[in-house]
Amino acid sequence: MTSDIIHMQAIRKVYDTGKIKVEALKGIDLAVKPGEFVAIVGPSGSGKSTLMNLIGCLDTPTDGRYQLGGEDVSTLDRDALADVRNRRVGFVFQGFNLLPQISAFENVEMPLVFGGVGLRERKQRVTELLDRVGLGDRMEHKPTELSGGQMQRVAIARALAMRPDVILADEPTGNLDTSAGGDIMQLFADLWAQGKTLVVITHDMTLARRASRVVEVRDGRIIRDVASAEVA
Amino acid sequence: MSDILRQLIRDVRSQKLRTFLTVFGIVWGTVAVTLLLAFGRGLHKQMIKNSAGLGDRIAIAWPALTSIPFEGLGRGRRIRVREEHIEAVRRQTPGIVAISSEYNETLKLHYGMKTVAVDVSGVDSSFGAMRNLIPEAGGRFINPIDVRENRRALFLGDKIAKDIFGKSPAVGKTVIFGGSPFLIVGVLQEKVQNSSYNSRDEGRAYMPGTTFRALTGAKYVNNFIYQPVSPSESESVTAAVRATLARALRFDPKDKEALSVWDTAEQFKFLDVFFLSFRLFLGIVGCFTLIVGGIGVSNIMNVVVEERTKEIGIKMALGARQRWIMRQFLFETILITALGGAIGFAISFAICFAVPKLGATEFVGDPEISLSVAALTALVLGATGLLAGYFPAREASRLDPVVAMKL
Ligand SMILES: Nc1ncnc2c1ncn2[C@@H]1O[C@H](COP(=O)(O)OP(=O)(O)OP(=O)(O)O)[C@@H](O)[C@H]1O
Ligand SMILES: [Mg+2]
Repeated sequence: MTSDIIHMQAIRKVYDTGKIKVEALKGIDLAVKPGEFVAIVGPSGSGKSTLMNLIGCLDTPTDGRYQLGGEDVSTLDRDALADVRNRRVGFVFQGFNLLPQISAFENVEMPLVFGGVGLRERKQRVTELLDRVGLGDRMEHKPTELSGGQMQRVAIARALAMRPDVILADEPTGNLDTSAGGDIMQLFADLWAQGKTLVVITHDMTLARRASRVVEVRDGRIIRDVASAEVA
Repeated sequence: MSDILRQLIRDVRSQKLRTFLTVFGIVWGTVAVTLLLAFGRGLHKQMIKNSAGLGDRIAIAWPALTSIPFEGLGRGRRIRVREEHIEAVRRQTPGIVAISSEYNETLKLHYGMKTVAVDVSGVDSSFGAMRNLIPEAGGRFINPIDVRENRRALFLGDKIAKDIFGKSPAVGKTVIFGGSPFLIVGVLQEKVQNSSYNSRDEGRAYMPGTTFRALTGAKYVNNFIYQPVSPSESESVTAAVRATLARALRFDPKDKEALSVWDTAEQFKFLDVFFLSFRLFLGIVGCFTLIVGGIGVSNIMNVVVEERTKEIGIKMALGARQRWIMRQFLFETILITALGGAIGFAISFAICFAVPKLGATEFVGDPEISLSVAALTALVLGATGLLAGYFPAREASRLDPVVAMKL
């Protein structure tokens, strides 16, 4: 048994597009402990997003062992995986992935609906979360009526809604300007300070330096895994 | 449950155009099919009604010339039927509900300053019911007492009554008819009649056969009508009538020309067959309409699922189970179908309600919606939409969330 939240061993991912097979991950060993703030860096096409999707159970590995919160997820069926996504991880995407037709409130409420949380509790939690990301006054706005930074904060609130073991973010600042990106990064730093576990993909080394640990991926392999203080 | 409902209302609201298109498809299909069959049904009923204007599944028989030599008697002999023969048929033929002889003449009718020539029939009291001669309120047809006592009672067609009396009531008035005073006992209620063997009932007058014979000295019936217990037995009854008369009047019972019979029940049988095929035709047209409508609905549902694959991916990424996603789609389809079906029926009912007011009832009848057809239509369209929405949605919800989100 291990106390790790994320525990990956020899994870491989091969994309089979019919004509060609792309081995996006060539054997990843990764362990993340509670309370860590891990930044994943690396050049484009190195396999960061692929890795993140596997961590978040949005995709299934070709090979290897993966335990999330002590549970072996490679053996779970679809419904059980849906529950894992719902309860254990909170995902923040580069492209926000909010549902455009519904309000910020309803977007944040969505995972709570899937998780079977009661109406009153949902209302209370959503209000609290949107307040926390500074959008208490934008709850009824549709995503299209919000700025990019605001949209990403709605997405973060949504990721936090089910009080997951770990927050996963794939280039959360990639679609934002420097100042909005800085705000989002600050929000992550605050969450970390509150004891959350975070795994964030970023291109920006100044942002990576705010993490406790930096993992560098290149060509489907982890080539460096160091405490952020050691990053030059 | 309430979550699904809220979700549903949200989705329907946010997808106005496609919701509208789907609903429209179902409305169109429902209206087309139900109206088609409703008009078919109405027309059928109207045709029956129109034909029944002649009589209630009666047979009409005319004595004529023999065409086959019989017991030493040559062909071309005139068959003369007298009242006693009609009596014999009445007594000896099982399966006859009623029989009435009919004597015809044209007589002058005087009333005040007016004189008109009127075609008149001398008939039995049972004639009125057989021929659907329904009196207007306040009047009656010739009754058995009139017949027994040779009363000078007259029943007028509505058209002559109007020609002579205008708007004032005719019943109770006395007219001079064929030189004798006659009491008008009833006036025909206006009726639809698109076939006849003499002139139309609206322009005729009727008096008791006994009175007629006394007045004109007529000995031989012009024709007689009878009603078999059921249309299906009309053939055997007609054969029995022929046999009885053949015995009494000495002609070959196989001689069809000696007594020519118009069996209107035959016509009803034909109508039934005709309308069965007509309805079959309408049914097939309706089916094709349904298929086309169904294709439209399923296309839209397909597009919907495609359009919403990303949404499905996002929901799965947030932890929605496949069942939840499928349920949402099914509920949506059911709602849209129910809505479309309801609107369609409302339109069809409104049209069926409005059409009789246009005054074309005599020709096209009043359309009549069959609830079973309506329900079936909605069911078929709903099922189509459901299937069309179900399979793509299931496929989408089987993808890995990442794949669905990227599509
Ligand atoms: N669905 C897919 N089908 C086939 N190949 C894929 C698929 N997704 C990713 N790949 C390939 O896998 C490799 C890793 O891609 P990935 O998206 O993980 O890179 P990344 O590190 O996130 O890049 P970026 O920084 O540009 O986002 C790439 O070579 C990419 O072409
Ligand atoms: Mg990426």
